Amino acid sequence: MLHVKVSDREQISALGSFLTLVLALAAGMVAIGLLFIISGVNPFFAFKKIFSGSFGSLYGFKETITKAIPLILIGGGLAVVFKAKFWNIGAESQLLMGAIFGTWVGLNWGPSLPSPVIVPLMFLAGFLGGALWGLIPAILKLRFSINEVISTLMLNYICAEFLTMLIVGPWKSPKKFGFPYTDDLPDSAILSLLPGSRIHTATLIVAVVAVVVLTIVIYKTRFGYEVRVIGENPDAAKYAGIDFSRTTMLIMVISGGMAGLAGVGEVAGIHHYLSYPDSISSGYGFTAIIVAWLAKLNPIYVIFSGIFFAGILVGGDAIQISLGLPAATVAVFNGTLLIFLIMGDFFTKNKVRILAGERG
Amino acid sequence: MEEIIISVVQRTLVAGTPLLLGTVGEIISERSGILNLGVEGVMAVGAVTAFIVTHHTGNPWLGLCAAIVAGMLISIVHAFASVSLQSNQVVSGLALTMLGLGLAGLLGKPYVGKPLSIKINAMPIPFLSDIPIVGPVLFNQSPFFYLAILLAIGVWFMLEHTLLGIRIRSAGENPKATETQGVNVSLIRYLSVLTAGGFSAMAGAHLSISYSKSWIEGMTAGRGWIVIALTIFALWNPLRAVFGAFLFGGIFVLQYMLQPLGISPNFLAMLPYLATLLVLLVGGLRDSRRLNAPAMLAEPYRRGER
Repeated sequence: MLHVKVSDREQISALGSFLTLVLALAAGMVAIGLLFIISGVNPFFAFKKIFSGSFGSLYGFKETITKAIPLILIGGGLAVVFKAKFWNIGAESQLLMGAIFGTWVGLNWGPSLPSPVIVPLMFLAGFLGGALWGLIPAILKLRFSINEVISTLMLNYICAEFLTMLIVGPWKSPKKFGFPYTDDLPDSAILSLLPGSRIHTATLIVAVVAVVVLTIVIYKTRFGYEVRVIGENPDAAKYAGIDFSRTTMLIMVISGGMAGLAGVGEVAGIHHYLSYPDSISSGYGFTAIIVAWLAKLNPIYVIFSGIFFAGILVGGDAIQISLGLPAATVAVFNGTLLIFLIMGDFFTKNKVRILAGERG
Repeated sequence: MEEIIISVVQRTLVAGTPLLLGTVGEIISERSGILNLGVEGVMAVGAVTAFIVTHHTGNPWLGLCAAIVAGMLISIVHAFASVSLQSNQVVSGLALTMLGLGLAGLLGKPYVGKPLSIKINAMPIPFLSDIPIVGPVLFNQSPFFYLAILLAIGVWFMLEHTLLGIRIRSAGENPKATETQGVNVSLIRYLSVLTAGGFSAMAGAHLSISYSKSWIEGMTAGRGWIVIALTIFALWNPLRAVFGAFLFGGIFVLQYMLQPLGISPNFLAMLPYLATLLVLLVGGLRDSRRLNAPAMLAEPYRRGER
């Protein structure tokens, strides 16, 4: 008789870890293919469309990089908080808060300041907005032991309504034919694009630099060591004299702030005015959760996983148009791939052998 | 005046019904030691399944049954990841929610904007519904309401007074000791997660084939997350969940009542979410050790370890 034996794996080679990841993604793709068949869609055609839409043409690839910008920023921040096992599910609204703060600065100070002054100010304001919004769940957890999954999610709904309140109310532009949009940002506050694309270079540079710096901070500094210990062994962290509250608040400032930067990039680089929450962010805050997970919570790998999932977003748009599939298709991709990734983790942590004979 | 009060209370109970169903299910799962953050996604799957089956068969009861089966089936994903693979339950639950919301959107796309011709309507209970005030409020309700109340009481009795209940609770408090008693902890946890999935799906079905009779993407509107908060608020007790769920039902109704007063509808839409934070804030002020959370909640357990 066959039985399965599971035992701890002490160490796994980098190659083994990578192969597990690739296998998990491949298995996930098979599962998604099956879901396509159930929904009456030819999976080969769908996958081909997704690939050709995202990586298969220069136009598609430029769009993929455009969408990778917010994913890299947010995913990098989430990799840090998730390392400490603080489950920030609120990046979506930290992005929106950043967009709100950045837009306010751009609209009010932009007309009188030159671009090299106003753009950094907007990013600073966006970081601040996201960081402050991200501090709320940290304080709620530390002071009132409120589960951060719930508080960050509730803050998502609250912020989306708050943003809508602004654009239908006090911030509504008189020049937009009654649509609930703000005024356009002044020219000095608009980010320049890579010619022939929608890639806002400033935000892309900020994103890449940020994840490089974060990688160094996490793996080479005392603070990074504290973050890792809190996540791996909270009891040991207590005995080692690590200030749990301070570290938790700091990582939420980082994570919320990075999402806030992404919000400024979306408004100043793509939209140029505030509109409905759904159009400012198409679920970047949630997709970035998987981006961070695929990167094994290592900020530098977020660059690659961010581009990968940006490709799925862009390819998802392509099959929406060509196959008439709903926007939710991308969520099916995300959910399924995340499930297979965590299942893959099991095989990197454990040795699984199928043995013949009686259970030992 | 009397009519207004009756109507408000009636609508409060209707709005609280899916919250109660979801919370009672989540209590079972968490009592067994498994945190299930998939409620929102499973609710959506329940809602869309109930709608599609009702649409094609014209029988909403069949729709409800199909929803329960679908909810249990998709919950296997979370049960397998968290029980068999000892994965992180937060991430696995989130994945289930993403998958559920996505699948519901994908499967439901052709049915958007096609209301049902039949739904599960209020079912007055003979004689009892004739009692003044109490009658129309409590005994002229949707069958989902009666079901939710009966299930809450039933699950409370099961958890507190039956052998199965003791096993579920001890799986969440001390799985190792439970296993030495000859109880299969994994099986108990699997059953608890699957049952919770059935409950969440029922909650979703209530939204699409009784509360309304149409399918809209995103119609669960965060109710699944409110359920997770209510579980904490109810201190993992199904009877307290009855109180919590209808308190929140009242907040949903309050939104519509305050609208004519000229308050921003966006502010009113924030109320349930603000109230959730407030409720947890009040809970957090209490001594956390007395909160009574299952000791091994969200802690993976592997048989024969240590």
